[in-house]
Amino acid sequence: MMDYASMQFAPTEVPVEHHSHGGWEPYVDNGGTSLAIAGKDFVIVAADARQSDGYSINSRYDPKAFVLSNQTVIATTGYAADAKRLVEVMEQNAQTYFHKHDRAMGTTAMAQLMSNTLYYKRFFPYYVFPILAGLDKEGNGAVFSYDPVGNMERVVYLACGSASALVQPFLDNQVGGANQRGHEGGFLDRATARKIAIDAFTSATERDIHTGDWLDLFTIDRTGIHREKRELKHD
Amino acid sequence: MAPLVEPSAGFKFDNVKRNQLLGDKGYKLPTATKTGTTIVGLIFKDGLVLGADTRATAGPIVADKNCEKIHYLAPNMYCCGAGTAADTEFTTNMISSQLALHSLNTGREPRVVTAMTMLKQHLFKYHGHIGAALVLGGYDSTGPHLFTVYPHGSTDKLPYVTMGSGSLAAMSVFESRWRPGMSRDEGVEMVKEAIEAGIFNDLGSGSNVDVCVITKGNVEYLRNYARPNERVEKEQSYRFRKGVTEFYAPRAARRGQDSAEMDTSA
Amino acid sequence: MDPIEIRLPHTIQRPKATPNYGPRTHTTRPIVTGTSVIAFKYKDGIMMAADCLASYGSLARFRNEKRLMAVGETTLLGVSGDMSDFQHMQHTLESILTQEYDMDDGQKLGTKSVYKCISNIMYNRRTKVDPLWNSYVIGGLDNGEKILGYVDLYGTTYQSATIATGFGGHLAQPILRRRVEGREDELSEEEAVQILDECMRVLFYRDARSLNKLRRAKVTAQGVEISEPYMLETNWSFAESITGYGS
Repeated sequence: MMDYASMQFAPTEVPVEHHSHGGWEPYVDNGGTSLAIAGKDFVIVAADARQSDGYSINSRYDPKAFVLSNQTVIATTGYAADAKRLVEVMEQNAQTYFHKHDRAMGTTAMAQLMSNTLYYKRFFPYYVFPILAGLDKEGNGAVFSYDPVGNMERVVYLACGSASALVQPFLDNQVGGANQRGHEGGFLDRATARKIAIDAFTSATERDIHTGDWLDLFTIDRTGIHREKRELKHD
Repeated sequence: MAPLVEPSAGFKFDNVKRNQLLGDKGYKLPTATKTGTTIVGLIFKDGLVLGADTRATAGPIVADKNCEKIHYLAPNMYCCGAGTAADTEFTTNMISSQLALHSLNTGREPRVVTAMTMLKQHLFKYHGHIGAALVLGGYDSTGPHLFTVYPHGSTDKLPYVTMGSGSLAAMSVFESRWRPGMSRDEGVEMVKEAIEAGIFNDLGSGSNVDVCVITKGNVEYLRNYARPNERVEKEQSYRFRKGVTEFYAPRAARRGQDSAEMDTSA
Repeated sequence: MDPIEIRLPHTIQRPKATPNYGPRTHTTRPIVTGTSVIAFKYKDGIMMAADCLASYGSLARFRNEKRLMAVGETTLLGVSGDMSDFQHMQHTLESILTQEYDMDDGQKLGTKSVYKCISNIMYNRRTKVDPLWNSYVIGGLDNGEKILGYVDLYGTTYQSATIATGFGGHLAQPILRRRVEGREDELSEEEAVQILDECMRVLFYRDARSLNKLRRAKVTAQGVEISEPYMLETNWSFAESITGYGS
């Protein structure tokens, strides 16, 4: 709360500071939501496919989750142009690594590469909230969380994007067992994790205007990446 | 002794200057909740049709999935509201009450122009600070009438109108297909399609279609005339097992013993 | 005691409001502008339309402007926004096409390549905070596959069966989605033209920066075809029944 009594008034001549580039801002928010849930030997990644600008829908199907290798997927939300460029840069680096070393880059290495790629643009950031998920060296599900300038953390589950404030508490409760007395903990089984991911998106679609249209859902396990496309509400 | 102060009616403006000063200094002022909306109206052969979506928003969040945006004004008159939710509600309520008194005084059914004039004079007085954008429709002794009323108090009288964030989507339907002398069913169908254009193309609008058909001596309020956005069934049940919620033991049960069950350290 | 005020002759008094320090900024804004472009997929390929007006603010300045162009043999480009930025883009594309021709390797620049190329130019300019103030619609057939994409001054891209820029995004897109979505492989050319004219007519009724003189274009297996300008018929008979704004 503001305390008006103790508020200091600046002299009238001092202008309000604006941190803009000549009136034109080089960023837009294209909305969208993504999530990932790690299991013992699998990981689920899901993202809606609506691209919006303000109150308009640009496209009902503009995918924002991409396969980087046969065990790693990246999901993005935020500014679509930056997101696509970020994915391109990651793809190029993964490709170069493959040709240099004759094997695909692992998920944890890819995770560090993403952090570096984001931090490289520290003072003109990619306005993107990415999730990187896959299987680690031991075959365990791995989810990596980032901020737009490359701060990285390995987590068990995560929600990002326009409905993250709606979805994250749901995952905290259903996956993390928050506020549930006597919750057993441990990893979820695959079928339950998938159901929670789907319900998270049908619910986010109900209450967040920037989430909807279609859902891309990836399940990554030892046999590879399994893709599923589901319809969400179009309103 | 303090001088007697005449109690003032209506809005108080005590904080306007202070807020303006704070705004000029760059302090952010609180903003009222505005609603994205699609509301429409059209004239057909025997009367008029009003339509509205049922989504209410607070920023990017859907606040109400099935709200009512077609407000009652008088037995022969209804009014769709877009803009600041509270303003549309209070403005239509107040005018409705004044119309009731007016028809009690005159012993006549109120006219649509009367309501329109009262609305525009009220809104003009407040220089657009009452953010009500309205579609007003009714049938009186002079026939069917359809108006739009803007927050600054200007009005339009047209055979087909749209308002709200979905107004362009809805207008695309009217501009390509409306023609004079349509039947009731054609009119209702076109209003439904106009609202659906808003529901599916404008993120500020969504959920269901409300329709209101007003003809001579008759009103059909068709609440949820179309429901094109039913939610799919959830994948699993989220019913919690008994005793899942952490709670503090009642004071009586705790008396005389340490609360061994309860960890209040966090 | 008051401080002494030194007054310079007014000719060298610096205006207070504009400081001559701070970062270098490119204050671009559109000057001569074109309004909406609309496009969609149909049975034989891609259909696109734009009117012939280039506005100077609210002045209808140039009334015979061409905002649709062919890029190579199988790609159609539609533009809205600043016309001088568009001509710069045209110049760039012509250079690229000449380079490709000079390669003489039998390869033709396909629609996907043109789309990626324009997208990269737009994203790179936004990254310099010196954007080309346009929205582009790129349509074509790439090895028989229908491609329809969008890119704007933010470098934002997306592909869709129906695309409309600017005002058209609000007024024409709802019509296009209702009439085209899910039917892009069965729509006949006749119906496609009818849908196109319907959208452009609605835009002319409601977009104050539009004109009822327009061109339409299509890409089919036979290549790119851009029409000569033609006029739309409009109906104002309802106006006779409108009297005032009140009683």
